[in-house]
Amino acid sequence: MSGTAAGQAGAMDIPAPPPALPRARLIGIAGERGGRLRWPRGLLRSAGLRFAGLYAALFGLSALALVLFLWWDTAALLDRQVDAAIRADAQGLNERWESGGLPALILTIRERLAENIDDDAIYMLVDNTGRRLAGNLDRWPPGITTDDDWYEMPIVRDRVRSLARVHNFALPGGFHLLVGRDVEARVKLRRILTDAMLWAVLVVAGLGGLGAFLVRSVLRGMLADISRTTAAIGAGDLTRRVRLSGRGDEFDRLAETINDMLERISRLMEGVRAVSNAIAHDLRTPITRARARLEDALTHADAAADLRAAIERAEADLDGIVAVFQAILRIAEIEAGARRSAFSPFDLAPVLGDLAELYGAVAEERGLTFIFRSPAALMLFGDRDMIQQAVANLLDNALKFSPPRGEIQLLAESQGRIVRITVTDQGPGIPEAERARVTERFYRGESARTTPGSGLGLALALAVAQLHDGTLTLTDNAPGLAATLNLPSQES
Amino acid sequence: MRILLVEDDKDVAGFIAKGLREAGHVVEHADNGRDGLFLAASENFDAIILDRMLPGGVDGLRLLETLRSQDNHTPVLFLSALAQVDDRIRGLKAGGDDYLTKPFVFAELLARVEALTRRSRNEGPQTKLVVGDLEMDLLARNVRRAGQKIDLQPREFRLLEYMMRHAGQVVTRTMLLEGVWDYHFDPQTNVIDVHVSRLRQKVDKPFASAMIHTIRNAGYMLRAEGA
Repeated sequence: MSGTAAGQAGAMDIPAPPPALPRARLIGIAGERGGRLRWPRGLLRSAGLRFAGLYAALFGLSALALVLFLWWDTAALLDRQVDAAIRADAQGLNERWESGGLPALILTIRERLAENIDDDAIYMLVDNTGRRLAGNLDRWPPGITTDDDWYEMPIVRDRVRSLARVHNFALPGGFHLLVGRDVEARVKLRRILTDAMLWAVLVVAGLGGLGAFLVRSVLRGMLADISRTTAAIGAGDLTRRVRLSGRGDEFDRLAETINDMLERISRLMEGVRAVSNAIAHDLRTPITRARARLEDALTHADAAADLRAAIERAEADLDGIVAVFQAILRIAEIEAGARRSAFSPFDLAPVLGDLAELYGAVAEERGLTFIFRSPAALMLFGDRDMIQQAVANLLDNALKFSPPRGEIQLLAESQGRIVRITVTDQGPGIPEAERARVTERFYRGESARTTPGSGLGLALALAVAQLHDGTLTLTDNAPGLAATLNLPSQES
Repeated sequence: MRILLVEDDKDVAGFIAKGLREAGHVVEHADNGRDGLFLAASENFDAIILDRMLPGGVDGLRLLETLRSQDNHTPVLFLSALAQVDDRIRGLKAGGDDYLTKPFVFAELLARVEALTRRSRNEGPQTKLVVGDLEMDLLARNVRRAGQKIDLQPREFRLLEYMMRHAGQVVTRTMLLEGVWDYHFDPQTNVIDVHVSRLRQKVDKPFASAMIHTIRNAGYMLRAEGA
């Protein structure tokens, strides 16, 4: 028997080894992740580079689209302008032809050529034999054969090669008229535009690359801190937190989420430590007592009645141990937060009514005054059974510590978004200095330590309150204790 | 009663079997899930006490699920070291009729097993409960003893109803907490004793004989005089 007891104690002393394995794996992953950011061999797998590339590609594509649009728009506008000018010109010439015949037309062409300051107009009037009658071209350009058609062709004018856009009009009597514009300037402009756009592409590529680099380094900088922190946490330093930039952006939100998670993890770790401490403190003493009694009975008891009494006492001790054990496990279960999935909206008022009925009878039996006040409805979102148990624990405590003819109150009220459940007694209360510590996890008051099965009631109520994002406050009831559960109410 | 006990721990199984036999029941024992399933499926039992964690490839939950899928409705009481709320819910969802966690008090186990078999025996809806000269009309919600009307609070009514449904059987404090108040924890205070004592004031005190008896180290029993 002593062997098993020693074995259990031994097992309790070394709770550390099991977590060591996943922790080692964590470090491995974190290290690898750090490597991805740091070393060139993993450059292609870098998310930062991918984002940067995406950024550069998007930036380049949009710039290219803009440039192409500008290019086509400008070129097309110029083309349309030239065509319109040619048409207007031809219209005017046609009118002259109709009103004054050939001589008027020739005259007009000469006039227009003289007035043409830009020196871009092109006219050519030939008769049916192809003889030049007027115009500024040396000869009828070869290749222009179809009547009433557009041509874009190289021409030689004043010994200068140039590009022209012309329209061939057929006139009655076999005359042909070419009206056009020298578009060399347009071509030059187009070339300048093209050059500018090529430069723009280079600049865009440069800027895109720079932007990508910035995006990547910013991303890397932000992730590096998270990565460093998680690696440190993985290595066992649970105090580290991810730095917040204070800008409230996505990275801050991510950092906050991670910090919340770390907070929770460290709370759970603390919980585990506290559970082992609680087991050591709260269970070792009664186990020692039970063991001592049995050993004493084994060596000293002579009569069967003595043995029987010793066994009965040991059985009671074991029941006490089991009660403490169950309370510890239940608190651990609550603190792990696993029961949150079972949360649902419910009305607390009838729950409190039932408790008041259950405990009121006991209070009355003991000559205590029991006062219960509650609104008709108190909507909460949470675990009904747990809150029930938390309030029951507070009532258990109140009954336990009430002096004769004392008064116990169970009061519930709804204040804004908070539902307050207060249990008061007129017992000895808890000294101010100890009060703060009582709500610490697994702390048991000195006086409570000697009463088996008690002391964990407040810890459980606190765990339930915290699970519901609420608090448990202890105040002086003068005389006695007022324990208040503050729980957020269900928003309708 | 014929009870099948599926429990792999020799000491616990021996202790339970001995206790059940002393209480006048016939006990068959299987120490692994496969044998347990075979016995449960091939023979008739009034109740099955089932451990959750069993060797032999078939654990308690699977055993029960298999049994229920074969349309076998033998009442089952889980006896398990898995004590979390979710474990309990899982056990009851799988078709368990009751769930008792280890460590346990034998009286509690015995009372619950006997309550189980009673529950399965009269399934039909009743409108009237009669124990000796005590009568309860479930529709009119009134109670008479020896023709004399007894006024009860709603909760006292439910408490008495529960005891009458289990007349002649031990009901433990935990059973009353669960069955009458729907509480699944043990209060530190003797709340049940107080309420039973109040009920006694009304049901027993004005009459010549007591019907509600305290069973030491176990709970209470309601029975007719002379029964």
